Amino acid sequence: MGNYKIHIKQYSPSAVLIEWPSLISKEILEDISNFSIIIRKNKTEQIVDINFVYCSLLIIYNKKIINFNTLKSELQELYSKMKFDVIKRNNWNIPVCYDLEFGIDLSYISTFKQLEIKQIIEFHINQKYTVYGIGFLPGFLYLGELNQNLIIPRRDTPRNNVDKGSVAIAGNQTGIYPQNSPGGWHVIGKTPIQLFNAFQNPPIEIMPNDTLQFYQISKKEYFKMIHDPIDIFTFLQIE
Amino acid sequence: MIKVLQSGLFTTIQDTGRFGFRNYGVPNGGVMDSISASLANSLLNNHLDDAVLEITLIGPKIEFLHSSIIAITGATSLIYLNADLIRLNKVYTVAKGDILSFGVSIVGVRTYLAVKNGFKSIKILNSRSLFQEITPEINCKKGSIIPFDEFKIENNNHLVNSQIVFKKLFFETSILEVYKGPDFNLFSSSEMNKIIKAFYTISVKNSRMGYYFNEAVLPHSKSIITNPVLPGTIQLIPSGNLIVLMKDAQTTGGYPRVLQLSERSICILAQKGAGESISFKLTEI
Repeated sequence: MGNYKIHIKQYSPSAVLIEWPSLISKEILEDISNFSIIIRKNKTEQIVDINFVYCSLLIIYNKKIINFNTLKSELQELYSKMKFDVIKRNNWNIPVCYDLEFGIDLSYISTFKQLEIKQIIEFHINQKYTVYGIGFLPGFLYLGELNQNLIIPRRDTPRNNVDKGSVAIAGNQTGIYPQNSPGGWHVIGKTPIQLFNAFQNPPIEIMPNDTLQFYQISKKEYFKMIHDPIDIFTFLQIE
Repeated sequence: MIKVLQSGLFTTIQDTGRFGFRNYGVPNGGVMDSISASLANSLLNNHLDDAVLEITLIGPKIEFLHSSIIAITGATSLIYLNADLIRLNKVYTVAKGDILSFGVSIVGVRTYLAVKNGFKSIKILNSRSLFQEITPEINCKKGSIIPFDEFKIENNNHLVNSQIVFKKLFFETSILEVYKGPDFNLFSSSEMNKIIKAFYTISVKNSRMGYYFNEAVLPHSKSIITNPVLPGTIQLIPSGNLIVLMKDAQTTGGYPRVLQLSERSICILAQKGAGESISFKLTEI
């Protein structure tokens, strides 16, 4: 059975929002992830899209919801009967080059947080992050939670362009820019790995609820991986 | 197929959108004004999700390299098929070599061009809608070739010259119908009343991703955890301004989702541009 008190709201004529307690928690995320699988299995033909991030889940149906109260009790019942499977979550080891050429905000963070650059890198790679969702951009992973020592507010003015592959931090999160885009996070390095590819289905192999850890590579290794792209599954950690 | 001779301001290929990939962060996209786009497809007896050209403000000039039948809907402008001025909401036949040129929009912002059986440009992740980093291009450029299947029609076919005449276009209103958003109750009823009763003008910052309104109505400092958002979601940002998320909006957001537009209101707003005013009417879903 479901572990939390959930709130089911109608979001639009054809969409439903399910809210868990407003917390950033691995347990809640796992519960949502589980429930999303059950919902998908249960009413596949009527659902056109689902997404979840942190503590809420959105379901879009293929037509207007005729009787929301009936749907609400069906979903509530489905949740209360849910068998809590331990879902397979992958762990990914992602290479990052923290060279100052790529980690353009490392010096700023070093001054602001009174940390050696070496310490910043250590704090960043020693943590195992949970993928709390994918949004903002196609393939942008919300990764939590950052080591306490690295928590830093966003930049006052966002940059007009952050390079594809940039690894950045803000608040208690870290993330990877899957494409060139404007962005307000502090950039600390760059990964040579292409995470998102629209010509593949699914376009990204990393899923919400997976875990991810970074490891440091040299500039030489970075350019080698850019030159000879490596299959993403090479970075999947087999438990 | 057609060849784009002049691109216009911003001409894109859109179908009803890209569904099934939101959990990978892929926006739904799709036609901004689904009412006008469906009308264009319906006039040709197409599927409603067939791809159309979405033309923004200043229209393109295009050459037909194959014959077909076409229908144009949405924002009005002076449209010429070769030397003849043609009407909106009416079916015309086109032959190889015909040139279609669109002027600057007069009423509305977005005009739709449908061809029989839709444009057959590349489908990526189940949709032909152009979007950055998903499709190789985000809009049609001078010289772009957009394929469709040749279609020959007898002149006595009932579709030819069929048309719909509207006394008034559906988007000629400034009132947008809204529902309560998921975070409506984060604010007091008097605060929300203030938001609903206010008059708004559309900022120059308006695009397929979202529309900003100029007025700062309710500055606040409420923060919420990042959560899913939909096209039509109205977010209240800390400055007190509203942002309406449109079809190309991201799938998640971190600002309170105070109101939600109906699909019809998304279509109405999609036909408005910078400086135009709007107000809200709150209704139940």
